Amino acid sequence: MTRIYISRDSGALCVGAEAVAKKFRDEAKERGLDVEIVRTGSRGMYWLEPLVEVETPEGRVGYGPVTASKVGDLIEAGMLDGKPHEKCIGVVDEYPWFKNQTRLTFARCGIIDPRSVADYQAHGGYEGLKKAIAAGPKGILEEVLASGLRGRGGAGFPTGIKWRTVAETPPQQKYIVCNADEGDSGTFADRMVMEGDPLELIEGMTIAGIAVGATYGYIYLRSEYPHAFETLNIAIEEARKAGFLGDDIMGSGYAYDMEVRLGAGAYVCGEETSLLDSLEGKRGEVRAKPPLPAHVGLFGQPTIINNVLSLAAVPLILDKGGEYYRDFGMGKSRGTMPIQLAGNIKHGGLYETAFGITLGELVDDIGGGTYSGRPVRAVQVGGPLGAYFPRALFDTPFDYEAFTAANGLIGHGGIVVFDDTVDMAQQARFAMEFCAVESCGKCTPCRIGSARGVELMDKIMADQDRESNLAVLEDLCETMKWGSLCALGGFTPYPVMSALTHFPEDFGATKKRLEAAE
Amino acid sequence: MPRHEPWTPERASEIIAQHQHQKGATLPILHALQDAFGCVPLAAEPLIANALNISRAEVHGCVTFYHDFKREPGGRRTLKLCLAESCQASGGRALEKRACEKLGVDMGGTTADRRVTLEPVYCLGLCHSSPAAMLDHEVYGALDEERLDELLREAQS
Repeated sequence: MTRIYISRDSGALCVGAEAVAKKFRDEAKERGLDVEIVRTGSRGMYWLEPLVEVETPEGRVGYGPVTASKVGDLIEAGMLDGKPHEKCIGVVDEYPWFKNQTRLTFARCGIIDPRSVADYQAHGGYEGLKKAIAAGPKGILEEVLASGLRGRGGAGFPTGIKWRTVAETPPQQKYIVCNADEGDSGTFADRMVMEGDPLELIEGMTIAGIAVGATYGYIYLRSEYPHAFETLNIAIEEARKAGFLGDDIMGSGYAYDMEVRLGAGAYVCGEETSLLDSLEGKRGEVRAKPPLPAHVGLFGQPTIINNVLSLAAVPLILDKGGEYYRDFGMGKSRGTMPIQLAGNIKHGGLYETAFGITLGELVDDIGGGTYSGRPVRAVQVGGPLGAYFPRALFDTPFDYEAFTAANGLIGHGGIVVFDDTVDMAQQARFAMEFCAVESCGKCTPCRIGSARGVELMDKIMADQDRESNLAVLEDLCETMKWGSLCALGGFTPYPVMSALTHFPEDFGATKKRLEAAE
Repeated sequence: MPRHEPWTPERASEIIAQHQHQKGATLPILHALQDAFGCVPLAAEPLIANALNISRAEVHGCVTFYHDFKREPGGRRTLKLCLAESCQASGGRALEKRACEKLGVDMGGTTADRRVTLEPVYCLGLCHSSPAAMLDHEVYGALDEERLDELLREAQS
């Protein structure tokens, strides 16, 4: 029997993977071929999707992008034996774009059947939980602290310290909340984990539960991800059936269970406190801190709230040890970062690598430049609240501190590439408009500031008192940055000010004036 | 093809009862009502408020806060075009214009024959294959004019 692997990740489905899988089933039946089709997550090389892999003695040989109309042709060319074809990329593990990565969090993604606990375990799954149970809560905290893991959602807060804070609260009902409200444009790593290796996230949350004494968890998932919702629910049910969730996990005496809740299209609910309010059934309004969610979180109880990638990194840290994870990376940015290449880019996809790689390497070498073939003019790093970078800053290493020093942020690790047709004043206006639409309304700098920001940008673009309006815009950004309650209002100035600083010509401003203003 | 049931308070109460015992039940209830009726009508608010023992104002505040919840049912099918930065960088704005022209509606509008509602969405997480769209729950990526036209035909069929 020959095994064929085709992704069911929505990134593959959006370019026709379902039709390709169906065609393979039909052809196999018609030709009497002994073929098993395994539906996996995605390897993250989306320009090759739908990517079809065939198991051969040499390894899994890939063909892509495959269309349904090419399936018959491929079978006749001998693809079931891994024979060459113009669509063949060779053994996928040896394909340079894939091989050069350091896949820790994404080690299984695209390889296993995400809905199978047995397949997960055959690839090292639940080894971390076994060791976590043996180590106990104190031992788990030590490993997570030693790993140097920082929150992958964007803020980069040390995960171990957050966990310790919750662990130190007196015994009571505590919660684990996973922030899966991946709303930033240019990011899809959370989605890939949830669709491609959901048990890794479930295992990570289970370990978190044991570490801090929490017996229940929620994944707050954005409603724009129906495929992730389906896969997560199936995976949770499978984990429960196999005894990895429930009253007595693997006979350890520890209890932990969880469910998935859907958001409802509010970007601000990716902010942790507004997410908690939303989970409680309220408007997703931001809470003032303190108290921290670690002390007064979901339903007023101590709560760990972490991003998908932070929690998904935990099983490996427990399995291989904190030191192992810490050995990757640079400075205070330890481990790997799943970087997402997006926008107008030739090789869009997920590239997991240790911190320290430069922005230029990511965009030009790995991303292959623009899809349109035109020169790269700007890249936005870290979502709608991230700064725009010009080519001049392409030597910036991917690292929390280096990006902060360059007046930017790595956020959730998304990079959106723009070619030279982009109007940066329009992008700045969009940043303000997006903030105005998505503001929860609780604090004035964000609610009113963003609306004024849109008006100002309209005046600037219409050349109405340009110089003085630019000065007001800078002043407004200052107010929003320091006066807003959360990162929505607080970080919207990043895209606006970076666009103005690096691309003043699009605002009708001169570089000199800005330098003098600094 | 999603077909919605006609609104009745009895059916709404039944749906609310199925979900009201969860902790923080408001969003699960609102989603379930919208799945059934295609919207969350004003008449649902007092029913939810009663069931959860919260004020009607709190329910109203919640329904109106989230972009997902509609007050009236949309067209038979919903086409969401992604207009976030990644799709802007890849020609999404031009596709938006084309879709509006071809369907004869503005963003957020429903065609006169009630077949299609066209909505913007801010990121479908398919930014590696921008521009992207979603027709009901089906996803589409790497759109160009030709693929968009195909999608519009599919939406109207």
